[in-house]
Parts: sequence; structure tokens; C-alpha cells
Amino acid sequence: MPTIPISEAKPEYDVVIVGSGAGGGQMAYALTLAGLKCVMLEAGRSYDPVTETAMFQRGDQAPLGGSSTPEKDFGFFDATIDGGWTVPNEPYTQASDKPEQEFKWWRARMLGGRTNHWGRISLRNGPYDFKPCSRDGLGFDWPISYETLEPYYTRVERLIGVYGSNEGLENTPDSPAGVLQPPPKGRVGDLMTQKAGKKLGVPVVPIHRAVLTKALDGKKLAAKLHPGDKKAQKIVADSMTQRAPCFWATACGRGCSIKANYQSTTVHLPPALATGNLDIIPNAHAREVIVGKDGKAKGILFIDKTTGKEERVKGKAVVLAASSGETVRILLNSQGGEGVANSSGLVGKYIMDTVGSNLRGQIPALESIAPHNDDGAGGSHFYSPWWEYEAQKKGQLDFARGYHIEIGGTRSMPRGNSPVPGNFTKGLYGKKLKEEARRYYGSFIGLACRGEMIPNENSFAELDPDVKDKWGIPVMKWHWKWSDHELNMAAHAQKKFTEMIEAMGGTAMPNPNKPGSKSILRGGEVIHEVGGALMGADPAKSVVNEWNQSWDIDNLFLCDGSPFPSNADKNPTLTIMALAWRAADHIIEEARKGNI
Amino acid sequence: MDNQNSTTRLPRRKVLQWFATVAAVDLTTIPGFAQAPHEATGYGTDPDLTITYSPGDVWDLTLSDAERKAATALADVILPADDLGPAASEVHLIDFIDEWVSAPYPRQKGDRNVVIPGLKWIDEESKTRFQKDFADLTEAQQEAICDDLCAEKPKTPELAKNARFFDRFSSICQGAYYSTPEGWAAIGYVGNTPSGVFNGPPQEVLDQLGLEQTVKD
Ligand SMILES: Cc1cc2nc3c(=O)[nH]c(=O)nc-3n(C[C@H](O)[C@H](O)[C@H](O)COP(=O)(O)OP(=O)(O)OC[C@H]3O[C@@H](n4cnc5c(N)ncnc54)[C@H](O)[C@@H]3O)c2cc1C
Ligand code: SF4
Repeated sequence: MPTIPISEAKPEYDVVIVGSGAGGGQMAYALTLAGLKCVMLEAGRSYDPVTETAMFQRGDQAPLGGSSTPEKDFGFFDATIDGGWTVPNEPYTQASDKPEQEFKWWRARMLGGRTNHWGRISLRNGPYDFKPCSRDGLGFDWPISYETLEPYYTRVERLIGVYGSNEGLENTPDSPAGVLQPPPKGRVGDLMTQKAGKKLGVPVVPIHRAVLTKALDGKKLAAKLHPGDKKAQKIVADSMTQRAPCFWATACGRGCSIKANYQSTTVHLPPALATGNLDIIPNAHAREVIVGKDGKAKGILFIDKTTGKEERVKGKAVVLAASSGETVRILLNSQGGEGVANSSGLVGKYIMDTVGSNLRGQIPALESIAPHNDDGAGGSHFYSPWWEYEAQKKGQLDFARGYHIEIGGTRSMPRGNSPVPGNFTKGLYGKKLKEEARRYYGSFIGLACRGEMIPNENSFAELDPDVKDKWGIPVMKWHWKWSDHELNMAAHAQKKFTEMIEAMGGTAMPNPNKPGSKSILRGGEVIHEVGGALMGADPAKSVVNEWNQSWDIDNLFLCDGSPFPSNADKNPTLTIMALAWRAADHIIEEARKGNI
Repeated sequence: MDNQNSTTRLPRRKVLQWFATVAAVDLTTIPGFAQAPHEATGYGTDPDLTITYSPGDVWDLTLSDAERKAATALADVILPADDLGPAASEVHLIDFIDEWVSAPYPRQKGDRNVVIPGLKWIDEESKTRFQKDFADLTEAQQEAICDDLCAEKPKTPELAKNARFFDRFSSICQGAYYSTPEGWAAIGYVGNTPSGVFNGPPQEVLDQLGLEQTVKD
């Protein structure tokens, strides 16, 4: 991707955007198409999925068969660059040494951030999800309703391309007719789970994912997205025609060189760059928001990682979209560590992740079935939206809020690790081993709970007073505790998964990676971290307003997951983008009025 | 696309830090397995993903000739040629095994400390029983040793210890073998080829499982 060195930066921009992932990408797209001059600071290097993605590479063409290592946590071919559970030169710390209070912080340091390798699951929050406190008295309501955000969900879905179906299920919104792309066919694991779900009253339906199952009609979509703006329409239509539909092979976590799935680097940044209104500076690690005497944001102080020097860019407005944890860090480190935008004292408070709890089943019916292509769309096809609203209302469950179930593939490409768990082939060798491996391969179905965590006082982040990163910037220190709601939810999921696996005639297998009796994953492990700068209607009780705009500094916007007042079971990214687009419209409006 | 081809390597100090902090299956803590240390660096956090790698490209292979000879023979006993596919040696599994146990990461270092003593043991055991290295035994003699390692209750503590070696070694071999196109055919993985359509499972599979395709055209 075309980038510039800091020496070529303009003296001042309309907007400085920190971060190039889902939030930053969406911001850059909307602002530059509206004619605003933007600069994007990205801490990682430049990255081009078209030339850098490992598409058809096989395990035997990579070190260690492509299996994971501490340098590539999700395997050699995963798109993540300079990131993972640890990032070189950028440590973070834990307040507690108790494993169950650990927070695992996944970061990517590359253009496009985590959108290069994310799972592409793109679910809308439902109407209940914006008013959770009004429903059950826990946590916080959003200052907006589903109806307010709905037009932006539709716009994002049109822009990025999302497959799925409209099922009319409770709190699981349909998209307007014609917006979604056709869902892919069910695979064996999907259809088996669906059939088992039917017996147990668990709905299993096509999931929504940001993958093109057919080519985009660029002209038509661009006209809908940018009515009356011929220039924007042309740029967007051109960009859309560069994207091919999925060719039903290669895991999406590697990224997609044919641009069939959503990555900021294939969908948001190319049209933004085509406007001529965007400069991208890579290897630029934002350290502080610069605030003037008038209380307005003036720009960003950052480290040029290629020289180690401190640099500055100026803007009339500043957008932080560095991922929620990092945005919190920048806010707290600003003004020499005094912090900004924090008159409420709530910056860093109420960090949330998703409740994760997995179970695998071995299904005898799936043994020795005819080999067939199960690659599909490189990720999930079906899922179960939360279904127990009635039971919950009657007080029959010992936790609030819901979870959805993600279904793990069965016949995926073997890569470096033995494709069949060792206990199924133990004590075998020779012809017998090969026959048994073939028999069992593809007979396992994984079910994963992805549930809502309620914000709590014990899960927050602050600056570590002692530890600094390579550039001398104080690092994040994480505090974490699940409440009984989450623990009971995980237990419910384990029980339900066992029932579902048994309904398939299978046996639930204890996951060997889980410590003790606990089935809940660690905080952060689902990589849906949000919160830390909550949006609300009251400046005393929130950090930003409904436009992701700081109450204290009105030209400062937080456009990643940090403003989420709740973290519905729906994966956060589609909502991050919808909110960012809405915030962008607000910035454009304010700029027109001369307020920015 | 600045840096596009750079292969960042981390300073060794950083790598050592990981070893101290990353919790992995650490077999080095199992009593009786000797430490067999060696030095190497990994591929870093930004390796070129678009080129083809062969064992030895990123870090040196370190097994001795004797160890490679034993490992090649044992891998062929575990994964022989049959109607499902070629033998381990025909797909050069030994290079993968050598790469694995020579790798600088915690999991592989743990495996190294099991595999190297295990290979030594299997040659010694072969000499004690049959006066030859494992690789030079007849098939029946090799199987006699493997059967003892695979027994549900190994007869001696020494066999029990080396049964763990056999398990680990077999798992490394399977991981490698099934990563190859020959291995895909052997296990029944079909895919990694582009297509204009995805029709889901074939009708015969659906029929066999009593399933119906619920996503219609
Ligand atoms: C394996 C995986 C699977 C996932 N699957 C899903 C899914 O299916 N559905 C879903 O909704 N979500 C999923 N997620 C989460 C999703 O990736 C994130 O919600 C999304 O990327 C958030 O966008 P963002 O813009 O806030 O942050 P990011 O995408 O992380 O982008 C932030 C960018 O800011 C840069 N940055 C950070 N600090 C600084 C700094 N100080 N200065 C300058 N730049 C900085 C980073 O380098 C990065 O490029 C998944 C994540 C992972 C890792
Ligand atoms: S499965 Fe489809 S969308 Fe995903 S990487 Fe492959 S071609 Fe791209």
C-alpha cells in the first residue's frame, strides 16, 4: 500500500486517525470520501494482502508444518504480523499472578490491524443489546437504540459484503431485503449440529460473515452508499470491482489475496487512498494526544519506530482507533501521564471480553465417511443465535444475557499437528495406525460458546507505574475477574454442548488444554476486548457521547471498541464499524458547520 | 510496500524470555529425560509467507547420522507404504523430524529432550536384543520392540518411559506426514483447490448420515 514517511507529512490535516483496523479504516473511508484531508498513523508496517498472503501454501512448505509457535501464535500462515499474545518490545503486565485473573491481550502491528486475520463473523447487535440495564438492571444502557444504528449496519454490510440469511429470530436482526449475500451450503458438521439442535430446541441457522459469495454490483451499491456524489460513487464502484467472490478454498485467517473477504486493507483503505485525501504513515506509534491551551486536541505525538525519534502531526480533529486497550493507553499516557478526556475518572474502567467455553465431540456416524471437500468459505457457515429468552424471563437460568454457539469444521486441512487426537491412535503403528487415522479424521465437531460478559468493577486497565516499553512509554496493567454470571453461563454451555453432542450419537471430549474443572477461557482469549472509555448520556458517568466524541475534548473521537457500554454475544467488529461511520458523519457535519 | 521481504529475527535474549514465560508441554521436567541443549533462532514475527520453505532453511538441522538413521527406520515402521500411501521415508519425513527437534521453540525443545534419548535407547535396545542397530533389524524384530512400547501396560519402567517417547515421536511423524499431499490422500483430506461453486457434502454422504441440505440454491 502506498505510504509516506513522516518527512512528507503535511503541516496540518483535517483529521488525524490513529490505527488502521476496523475502526480506523471505516473512519478513513468515510472522511476522505467526504473530502476531508486525513493522515493515518499505524504502529505496524505497511502490508498488502494481494502480494503477501499465503493462499495455497501447504503445511509441508512451511517450517514445522505451519503449526503454531510463540512467534506465530495461530500458525505460520496466519496473516498476523509482529503480533499475537506477545508483541516484540511491547510488554504488558498483570495485576494478579492468579491464572484465572489473567488478561491475555492479542495485538497485531500491521496495516489493517486484526482485520487481516479476524474470523469475519459479522453479527448485528439486537434491540435488547442496546438497553441491557433497562431489561435486567445490570451494567449500562447505550445512549442509542438499535433503530439509531440500523442504517449504519446496513451501510457497512453493503460496503464490506456479508453473507447470511434473515431468520426473523428474537433479538437477532434481519437485514433489509437484498442486503445480505447468499449464505453458503451447510457442511457435514453444520447440518449434523442443526439436526441435533432441532431435537433440543436450539436453532442452528446460517451465520453472517464478511465474505463475498458472489461478485458485488459496484455501481448499484456505490449509488446507494453515496447518493448524489458521483466522484465517491466512481471510486467505490472501482474498488468493489477489484474484489472477486470467494473461490471456496484457503482459510480466511491467512487473509485473502483476491479480496473476497473484508480486511481494512482490501476494502476500506484502497478507496480512501484513491480519493487522494489520505496519507498513511506506517511504523508510527502514537504516544499522546496533544491538547492545546484551549482544551482542544491539536494532533498526535508519536514515535517514528524507524528512527526511534518523537514526531508530531497536527489535525483539526483526532480519532483514536488503536484497538480499545491501546486507545485507553494513549489517553492515560497523554499530557505527560496526567491523562486526557478523563474528567469522569472512567478511562480504563469496565474492560470486557466475550465468554468463551469450548467442547469437542467425537461422532461415530462421521467415521469413515466418503472423503469430500469441506473447505467452504474458509470459516463458519452456521451458528446458533441465543435462544433461551423465555427461560431467562421466567428466572429459570442462573445467569443474565446470552451466548451464541459457533460450530467448528470437521475435515479441515491438516497442518503440522497430528490430525487425530493421540488417544484415538495410541498404541498403534503401521497400516493399522494409518487406517484408524483415516477412520477418525473428520469425526470431530467442536462447539464454542461466545457469550456476553457484564461489565464489572474488577475488570479494568491502568498504566503500570514501573514497566515501560522499548520507547519508554508506560505499559498497560490488566485487572481481570469473571463474575458468577459468566461462570454460570460457561457451565450452561458445557452442559448444552454435551447434550447436543450426545444427540448426534457422539461422546463429549474434555478439552485437554483446560486447567482443572474450569471451562471458561481466560479474559481476552476470545479477542473481543472492548470497553475502557464507555459511551453514555451523562458526562459524569461516561467518557464519550453517542457519537464516540469525548465529553471533555469535543474534537477527539474514540472509534474502536473502547466506547462499548456492553459486549453483547454478537462479535463486536460490525458494530465498531457502524459506530465509526456514524461518528464520521457527525465529524463531517461539524466540519461543514465550521465547528471543527 | 516497505519491508515487504524483510525477515525480522528477534534477539536471542527475547527468545530466551519466552522460554521462561511461555507455558507449554514441557517434557524436560519429566524425570529421566536428559537435557540436550542447542542454540538456534526462530523465523521471527514477520517471516515471508509466500515462499516455499524446506527443513534447514531457517535453522540448522542437528540430528547426528546415527539419530537420523534410527529415526528414518522408526518413522517407516510407524507410517509404512501401504494402499493408503507411501512410506514416511518416501516423503522425506526425516528432514521434518530433524527440523522439529532442532527448532528453537519451547514445545519443540521439550520434544527434543524426549526424542534424542529415545532414539539412543531404541538403538541400544536393538543391540541388546538383536545385536544390531534398529535400522538394520528385520521387520519382525522392529515390530517386537514397537509392540513392547505399545503394550497397554509396558512391562518395565524403562519401557513405560520410552512408550512416552514412542507416542511423541509418532505424533510428530503424523503431523508431518499428513501435511503432505500424499498424507492428505492417505487421511482423506480433499480441498485447497479453487472452485466457482461450493455444493456442500455430496448426496451420498448426506444420505448415509440421514441429513438434508438446508441451504437451497
Ligand atoms: C483471530 C481473531 C479472530 C477474530 N474474529 C472475529 C470475528 O469473527 N468477528 C468479530 O467481530 N471480531 C473478531 N475479532 C476481533 C476483531 O479483529 C476486532 O474487533 C477488530 O479488528 C477491532 O478493530 P479495531 O480497529 O478496534 O482494532 P485493530 O483491528 O486491532 O486495529 C488497531 C490498529 O491500531 C494500531 N495501533 C495500535 N496501537 C497504536 C498506536 N499506539 N499508534 C498507532 N497505531 C496503533 C495497531 O497496530 C492496529 O493496526 C477477531 C480477532 C482475532 C485476533
Ligand atoms: S475462503 Fe474465500 S474469502 Fe476466505 S480466504 Fe479463501 S477465497 Fe478468500
